[in-house]
Amino acid sequence: MSEEVQDKRRRLFLTAAATAVTGVGAAYVAVPFLASMNPSDRAKAAGAPVEADISKLEVGQLIRVEWRGKPVWVLKRTEDTLTELATKIDKLRDPDSNESEQPESCKNSARSIKPDVFLAVGICTHLGCSPTYRPEVAPEDLGPDWKGGFFCPCHGSLFDLSGRVYAGVPAPLNLDIPPHEYITDTRILIGSSGGQA
Amino acid sequence: MSGMLKNALGWVDDRFPLTKVWNEHLAEYYAPKNFNWMYYFGSLAILVLVNQIITGIFLTIHYKPDAKLAFDSVEYIMRDVDWGWLIRYMHSTGASAFFIVVYIHMFRGLIYGSFKKPRELVWIFGMIIYVALMAEAFMGYLLPWGQMSYWGAQVIVSLFGAIPYVGEDLAIWLRGDYVISDATLNRFFAFHVIAIPLVLVVLVFMHIVALHAVGSNNPEGIEIKKQKDEKGIPLDGIPFHPYYSVKDLVGVAVFLFVFALIIFYMPEMGGYFLEHANFIPADPLKTPDHIAPVWYFTPFYAVLRAVPDKFGGVLAMAGAIFVLFLLPWLDRGVNKSIRYRGPVFKAAIVAFVISFVALGYFGMQPVTTAGTWFSRFFTLVYFAFFLLMPFYSNMGQDKYVPERIEDK
Amino acid sequence: MKTLLGLIIVLLSSQTMAASSQHKLESATIDLGNKPSLQRGAKYFVNYCLSCHSAKQLRYSRMAKDLEIPSELVELNLMFTGEKIFDGMDISMRAKDAEKWFGVNPPDLSLIARSRGADWLYTYLKSFYVDVSRPFGVNNTLFPMVGMPHVLSDLQGLQEPVYIDVKREDGSVKQVIEKLEIVQPGKMTPREYDQAMNDLVNFMVYMGEPAQMERKAMGWKVLAFILLMIVIFYYLKKEYWKDIH
Repeated sequence: MSEEVQDKRRRLFLTAAATAVTGVGAAYVAVPFLASMNPSDRAKAAGAPVEADISKLEVGQLIRVEWRGKPVWVLKRTEDTLTELATKIDKLRDPDSNESEQPESCKNSARSIKPDVFLAVGICTHLGCSPTYRPEVAPEDLGPDWKGGFFCPCHGSLFDLSGRVYAGVPAPLNLDIPPHEYITDTRILIGSSGGQA
Repeated sequence: MSGMLKNALGWVDDRFPLTKVWNEHLAEYYAPKNFNWMYYFGSLAILVLVNQIITGIFLTIHYKPDAKLAFDSVEYIMRDVDWGWLIRYMHSTGASAFFIVVYIHMFRGLIYGSFKKPRELVWIFGMIIYVALMAEAFMGYLLPWGQMSYWGAQVIVSLFGAIPYVGEDLAIWLRGDYVISDATLNRFFAFHVIAIPLVLVVLVFMHIVALHAVGSNNPEGIEIKKQKDEKGIPLDGIPFHPYYSVKDLVGVAVFLFVFALIIFYMPEMGGYFLEHANFIPADPLKTPDHIAPVWYFTPFYAVLRAVPDKFGGVLAMAGAIFVLFLLPWLDRGVNKSIRYRGPVFKAAIVAFVISFVALGYFGMQPVTTAGTWFSRFFTLVYFAFFLLMPFYSNMGQDKYVPERIEDK
Repeated sequence: MKTLLGLIIVLLSSQTMAASSQHKLESATIDLGNKPSLQRGAKYFVNYCLSCHSAKQLRYSRMAKDLEIPSELVELNLMFTGEKIFDGMDISMRAKDAEKWFGVNPPDLSLIARSRGADWLYTYLKSFYVDVSRPFGVNNTLFPMVGMPHVLSDLQGLQEPVYIDVKREDGSVKQVIEKLEIVQPGKMTPREYDQAMNDLVNFMVYMGEPAQMERKAMGWKVLAFILLMIVIFYYLKKEYWKDIH
């Protein structure tokens, strides 16, 4: 090999090496900048688990708890409702909650840990409005088949009392159930799933 | 180059002078082949500018320009934001690095005569950049809203009050209040984040356009454009790309090493880059025991304090900066580079450097009688260096300047 | 040359001036790798400082993570009731009440180690002495007329000053504190107290910039990478510059 060819190869190799370290260096430098846009410790602190006290929660009553800036509903359902929920399958898009977000312990027809206490993020899975709680049976606006549930005023999505979406409405998924655990019988820690925050 | 790429490039070139700009400013911009280490600092200044802009943008994402929130928002960046500490230190260290780089860059121009004909406008644009940079740094220093931020701004803005007749009104207008306050912080934020950076970028562009129109000077002070080959290429010139681009990479990497060393192991730099008192939130009711500007302003601050008259001091300080603009016309030396100039000029340069460093030192110290007298002496040396230049700059300049840059 | 000489003389004289006008500081040993020391420091801080001073920039959760204390232990031992692990170390005392009780509002201490320095804090914490003329019965040699009680006196005990006579230039004599002597021992020996204060200052240095451990730990890796860049760029430059004659 002539000296010239060797020189050329050396130059190519060094150029490649220089390009590589520059590229790697640039990637390393980009990481802190991109990562700095993640939620900060303050935002995470605001998203820390919150406690809900349900000792005074009456049957049929719904309370709202703020968690990560979102409304979380806690609702105490009647026995009748629970029976109704177990039967009212055909009108629902995803009755077994296969596609929706919920802790494993809530993947049942009541979508809750304790059957009567229902907990969900009160944000419509369509475009983020908060549905209204409509427990009354067969009201004028919702028709005679309505057995109580949630109605989203923005685009008319309907959910039953375990947050399952009706078929044929804009919302694609059942309401999210946040991770939560019972500290005592009447105190729920929302945002925590047993030890791991 | 593959056919497709060539076609794409041709498509762009028909609509935008991409290849033309690339050639004019990099691949066919002929720079003298004898640049030394001092010539790294031009590209380093661009690097630091880019660093300040990018880190600045990311700091703005988290910073709050509000007198009640500003101090805590900086600590929020230092503690709660992922990597916020790194971005903040890159910005604060970058500020000082900017001045170190620019001072060396200016000093290089001074000793090699890079401001002399035909590069007067390069120098003037550079000087405007320097003044804009001082304004940028000064306003940025208020933003952390610490004690030094507050009282430093208070002192500097009060300087405008020394101007006869309109001074007080002008100072109030600048602050938007009777003291430094939330109103001042908010407008300084606007200037620091939008107005001056835009001006800086435009000025840097003009600085480079002017430089590339006349060509770079070099440590020998020889005009390479005077000796060209048959194609019109300077005999002692080499294409900026790849030769100086690969050389500048070495300079950039060495600079980054020092820069990283400071960021990771001495971000406060013993109180010079981040002053200790600035870790105390601004308190309009309590002046710190000793106020000193950040190190890069202290030579001019010493000039200010050296004059025993308020308005006189302001004039002297402004004059110390303004006189630099006149340099191309003050220096009457025939030869450009210090290498071919007489002993008088060399001695004057030495005296100037000593006076500048000494003024910088005294500008940091609390006022003492001896310190004031030394400041006065060095202020005189500083001004004498410039104002006497027309008389001494051509003395003993009998050395012969070669026509070509010789190989060593 | 004259100017240079002048400069040197001034530099030297200002150096000596600075030395004589400043209180001599004792140096604290700062070692942020020493987790037990930081943990002890946190304990002293929470028990002795945090009732009047806040340190609102530091979250308990951050401290737990950095100091390797399990969150449960922090909640149990280092926090007061009603606070959450993500909260900053704030206090319930209101600024107005504080001013009424102490005459000044005790400053937030989050950044005190960065504004004062570790050695200053260490010396300050050891420099309280009995002075019945002061509202809290104590004064401080480093911080004369200090507006703070000696909250650590149960550990250190009480110190009284030992004076020596110093002649003024005009020949008159003034009394100057030469040193402080323990007159009433506390729960700790002077040596234990020094160690405790060193731990406390160590913790306060950590508190001033919690990111500094991470910063120092990763710095050398960045430097090593840049060093590699320098080497490659250097050979690249050398290769290209073979062309230039």
